Amino acid sequence: MSTLNILLAGFGGQGILFLGKMAAYAGLMDNRQITWLPSYGPEMRGGTANCSVCISDDLIGSPLVINPDILVAMNLPSLEKFIDKVVPGGTVLVDCSIIDKKVHREDINVFYVPATRLAADNGLPGLANMIMLGKMLKETKFCTENALEEALLKCVPPRKADMMELNRKALKIGSEL
Amino acid sequence: MAKVLMKGNEALAEAAIMAGCRHFFGYPITPQTELAAYMAKKMPKIGGVYLQAESEIAAINMVLGASAAGKRAMTSSSSPGISLKSEGISYIAGSDLPAVIVNVQRGGPGLGGIQPSQADYWQATRATGHGDFHLMVYAPSTVQEMTDLVALAFDNADKYRMPVMILSDGMLGQMMEPVELKTANATDCPIEKPWAACGHRNSRPHNVINSLYLTPQALEELVKKRYEKYEVIKKEEQMADEYLTDDADIILVAYGASSRICRTAVNTARKEGIKAGLIRPITLWPYPAKYIEKHIAHAKAFLCVEMSMGQMVDDVRLCVNGRKPVAFYGRTGGIIPAPDEVLNEIRKLTGGVK
Repeated sequence: MSTLNILLAGFGGQGILFLGKMAAYAGLMDNRQITWLPSYGPEMRGGTANCSVCISDDLIGSPLVINPDILVAMNLPSLEKFIDKVVPGGTVLVDCSIIDKKVHREDINVFYVPATRLAADNGLPGLANMIMLGKMLKETKFCTENALEEALLKCVPPRKADMMELNRKALKIGSEL
Repeated sequence: MAKVLMKGNEALAEAAIMAGCRHFFGYPITPQTELAAYMAKKMPKIGGVYLQAESEIAAINMVLGASAAGKRAMTSSSSPGISLKSEGISYIAGSDLPAVIVNVQRGGPGLGGIQPSQADYWQATRATGHGDFHLMVYAPSTVQEMTDLVALAFDNADKYRMPVMILSDGMLGQMMEPVELKTANATDCPIEKPWAACGHRNSRPHNVINSLYLTPQALEELVKKRYEKYEVIKKEEQMADEYLTDDADIILVAYGASSRICRTAVNTARKEGIKAGLIRPITLWPYPAKYIEKHIAHAKAFLCVEMSMGQMVDDVRLCVNGRKPVAFYGRTGGIIPAPDEVLNEIRKLTGGVK
């Protein structure tokens, strides 16, 4: 399989970079090559955050994802900025509790996930990102389920061990949508 | 040891500690700050020194002081900060002191931008400060290499008693990749430094660390001796990586971040039936001329790709010396070129696209 290019984008504070780190670690746990590149600088301070993740069986050239196979958009500016860049046949996940706009492309697979609302309804504040990740796993099989669980063990620091079950719950909600 | 995911900046910092660095003097600047932040967190726990100086100029002179006392010392910054440090780097070179300086490059000139760039090549290889001298310059292209080269940088700084630079960029500093930190057995000072100006209770004559020589003859003699050392380094220390160069018609030359993009472009070109290859310099000074030399006979053209307006291309042209055409493609200001842009340049050289 060639390189899978993933672009994750939203507001600062939605856990976009953590979502990317989880995806990257899951790739690593599957023994694949991975890169993770955050946006840094003014956009981090001014609202939007995005993060490129590449998962590949070969050495990865540019870690900067220009044309994603998978786009996760968690706010409207991100969706508008990147929707035309998604490769034909690609997958787009839209947090429809934040973005009420529909995507008008016919050549890509779009899933509307009310992640932020589901997180709030289930007592999982701040874990809309993990709901998106669960859905992303279900629709793209970008990694094995086991790898995602191992990634969780790597990414949640021991001092936040109480977050482990909540993250698992959020992932489950996403993967069952 | 299992591979972990680390940012380039943090991995480099950890590798420096593993290489015996216990003295780090820094000043914050994007996109380098994680390196200093890592040192600030870690150094106090292992009996090392982390000091945020009042300026870049102060930080480099603290490196000079710690190095004069025989310690492995390091500083890091990004482009504008390196300009400020360049006076101190010249003094370090003029005092024959080892030091490791990290430049996580961003766009320039002036304050420029904060996105990745390779526009400090000339500064690193030609004129990091005034006077007749060279730095050794290493150019990593992966997070793994960010760690591997820092140990080599410290060893060679000590071996040749000169400043060594790691020339990285914002992309490599900010990105995470799997990295295996190789356990080294380094102690704070693995190499004997009988020249160091440290306490000796009058047991020997004083060691004097100085860069002021008012007699022209004495200064000339010293500089010439240094240049003899540089000739040894040019012979012994050239490093480059080659990819599909053996039968290549079009040979790309690129270092650091841009070499990764070129590798992708070479792969795509090969699929199109174009015999492309890549030479990736790992040492920028000494320039790995011998790696280019051996391909001049069979290559039809060279293509130098940089995240600058064209700086390393000067060295490629010096090596090729008119024997084959040398083309250049670059993006600057913080733009990372796309593999397709590079592929297009390769096609142009084969006459495929007019």
